[in-house]
Amino acid sequence: MSDNGHTQSGVLYGMAIDLDKCTGCMACSVACQAENNISFRPDESNKLRSITWMEVYYLDNGAEHPDYRFSYLPRPCMHCNAPHHSPCTFVCPVNATVRDEATGIVGHIYPRCIGCRYCMVACPYHARDFNWWDPAWPEPMEQMLSPKVSTRMRGVVEKCSFCSHRLNAARSKAYLDGLEMSEVTYTPACVEACPSQAIAFGNLLDEHSEVARLAKSERAFRLLSKLNTEPKVYYLSRHPWLHNLANASL
Amino acid sequence: MDKALIPDGVKRSPFPVFAGWLLVLFAVIGWGVYAGIVVLLKALNVTGLNDYFGFGFYITIDLAIIALGAGAFFSGFLFYGMSRFFPALKELYKIINLAVVVGFVCYTGALAVLLLEIGQPLRGWFGYWHANVHSMLTEVIFCISCYAIVLVIEFVPLILENRKLDAIKPLHLFGHSLHEIMAIFALTGTFLSFFHQGSLGGVAGVLFGRPFAYRTGFFIWPWTFFLFILSAVASGPAFTALICRTIEKAGRKQLVDRSVYDLIAKIVAAFLSIYMVLKIADTLYWALDLAPSFGFKLTDFYREPYGIWLLVVELIVCGIIPAIMLLIPQARARNGLLFTAFALTCIGVVINRFVMTVQALAVPVMPFDSWQVYIPTMYEYAPGIAMLAYCALVISLAYRYLPLFPREKELNPH
Repeated sequence: MSDNGHTQSGVLYGMAIDLDKCTGCMACSVACQAENNISFRPDESNKLRSITWMEVYYLDNGAEHPDYRFSYLPRPCMHCNAPHHSPCTFVCPVNATVRDEATGIVGHIYPRCIGCRYCMVACPYHARDFNWWDPAWPEPMEQMLSPKVSTRMRGVVEKCSFCSHRLNAARSKAYLDGLEMSEVTYTPACVEACPSQAIAFGNLLDEHSEVARLAKSERAFRLLSKLNTEPKVYYLSRHPWLHNLANASL
Repeated sequence: MDKALIPDGVKRSPFPVFAGWLLVLFAVIGWGVYAGIVVLLKALNVTGLNDYFGFGFYITIDLAIIALGAGAFFSGFLFYGMSRFFPALKELYKIINLAVVVGFVCYTGALAVLLLEIGQPLRGWFGYWHANVHSMLTEVIFCISCYAIVLVIEFVPLILENRKLDAIKPLHLFGHSLHEIMAIFALTGTFLSFFHQGSLGGVAGVLFGRPFAYRTGFFIWPWTFFLFILSAVASGPAFTALICRTIEKAGRKQLVDRSVYDLIAKIVAAFLSIYMVLKIADTLYWALDLAPSFGFKLTDFYREPYGIWLLVVELIVCGIIPAIMLLIPQARARNGLLFTAFALTCIGVVINRFVMTVQALAVPVMPFDSWQVYIPTMYEYAPGIAMLAYCALVISLAYRYLPLFPREKELNPH
C-alpha cells in the first residue's frame, strides 16, 4: 500500500510540463488528436461541445502593460492519484473508468460507458469530453485512422489515456526482448511532438527519471492541488503568478 | 362502459369532459414522446447539455419528482410501520391510496426520463452487470428500479379494486391476498426509498472535485445523503396533499377529512423544521469552514443568473417561512395558509435539487474557467412536461375508475 491508501507497484506514470518552455504552438494537441483518432466537427467553434484531450489554455496575470505577462497551459487528463480513487473513477456506476494501480493510468472502457456523464461532472479539470455526435472524419481521413486506438461511438465519454496503447506496445516488445515489465518505458504522442521539449513523461517513482526530478523541482506546482485530487501532471514555471493562479480562488 | 367502471356510489364528471381532458394530456405526452424520440435518434446534441453542464434539466426534474413522490414511501412507513405505536397516524389510511399512485407515477416517470438522459440507453442494464459498488449512482440505479417494482406491486391491488375487475373472483382473491401482505412491501419500499433519496443526495455530495457540492459526512455517506432524505420526507406528503386538494377543487367535492390535512401538516411541520435546522447548520459549515478550506468564499459560488437569491429563496422563503406557518396551529387551520405552506415546501425542494445539479456545475473550479449558463432546449423540457402530463393522466384515470378515497362516499352523500 502506498501513502495514498491504494495498492501500488513500482510504476506510477506522470507528466511534467514546463510552461516556461511552452510556446503555445499546439503541436501536442494536434499530435494527440491524430494519434488517438479524435473526431471533429466541420464547425469546431463551440468549445463546450468539441473533443480535445490536450486542451491548451491561454493564461495571463491580469496586470496592465508593462507588467502584463501571459503563458500557455496544456492540460491533459491529470490521472489523479487521490487516495483510493480518482474523482472520476469512484463515481462511475459501471466501472467504465478505472485507475490501473500498476501504472497509475486512469483509463476509460468505451464499450462499457453508458454515457451518464457523472465522471465529467466529477472532474474539476474538464478533462473529459462527451461524444455529442456520431464520430466522423472527412475523406480520406477515415483511411488514416490509427488501428491501435479504438474510435468512440456517440453517447460515451472519452479522455486522455496517457497514450496507454503505446504502453501496451512497449510491453509487448519488452516481453519479446525478455525484459522486466517494470523496465518498460514509452513516450506519449504529445511528448514526442513538442518542438521545445517542454513535456517530460515517465515513472514518478523512479528517482532517476527526468519526470521525477522535475516533479520535485522548486519550479513545480500542480493544478488545483488544494482539492486533494493529487494530479500526476506537474507544471513548471519560475513565475510566481502562475504558481498562485493554479490554486487561486475565483 | 365508462359508467360501469366508475366505483359504486361516487359521482364523476361526464365522460365527454373527461375525454377532453385526456385528449389534452395525450397531446402533451405526444409532444414529449416526439422530443424523446428525436433525442434517441439524433443523440444528446439536440439538448442544451455540453461538456460543462454534463447534468441539466433531465437530472433536475428527476431528482425533484422523486423527492415529491416520497409521499408514497413515507406515508406507507408511517401508516404500516408506525401507526401501531402512534394510533393518530391511522388517519393516513384515508389518503394512502393516492400516495401510492403519486409515488408510482413519479418513479416510473423519472425512469422514462432517465432513459433519455444517458448517452447509451441500450446499455442501461450495465448498471447491474458491471456495478461499481463505490458509486452513488449504482445505489441510485438499484434503488430506483427495485422501488419502482415495489410501487407496481403496491399499485396492483388498487387496480384490482376496480368494480369490474373486483367482480372476477380470482382477481378479487389475488388483490385481497396482496392487501394482506402489503405492509411487507410498504416497509421494503421504505427501506429502498430511504436509500434512493439519500443516494441521490450522495451523487452530489461525494464530488470532492466540486467544492460547491462536496460535503463531508458519516461513514461513506456525505451530509447531503441525509439532507435529501429529510427534504423528501418533508415535501413528499405535502405534494400528495396538494394533489389531493387539486382533485378536490377540480371535482368540487371533499375527498378526505380535514383531519388528514391537519395530520400531514403536523408531519410536514416536524420534518421540515428538523430539515431546516440541519440544512442551515450544513450551509454554515459549508460556507464558513469547508469551502474556505478549498480556497473558496461563499460569494465565489453565486453569480447571476445563479445569484445568492437562490439561497435566500430556498432557505427562507421556501424553508423557514413554511416551517413556521405549519408549526402555528392557527395558520394550519386556514386552508389558504396551509396549502401555500405546502406549495412553498415543494418549491423549496425543487430549487434545492436544481441548485445541487445545475448551479453545482455552473460554478467554475479552475481559476481560469469562466461562468457558464445552462439553457435547456425544447428536447429537454418537452419530455419533462410530458412526464408531468403522464403523472396527471394516471392519477386522473385512477381517480375516475378506482376507489382511491375510502371516505369519498360518506363525505359526499347524494
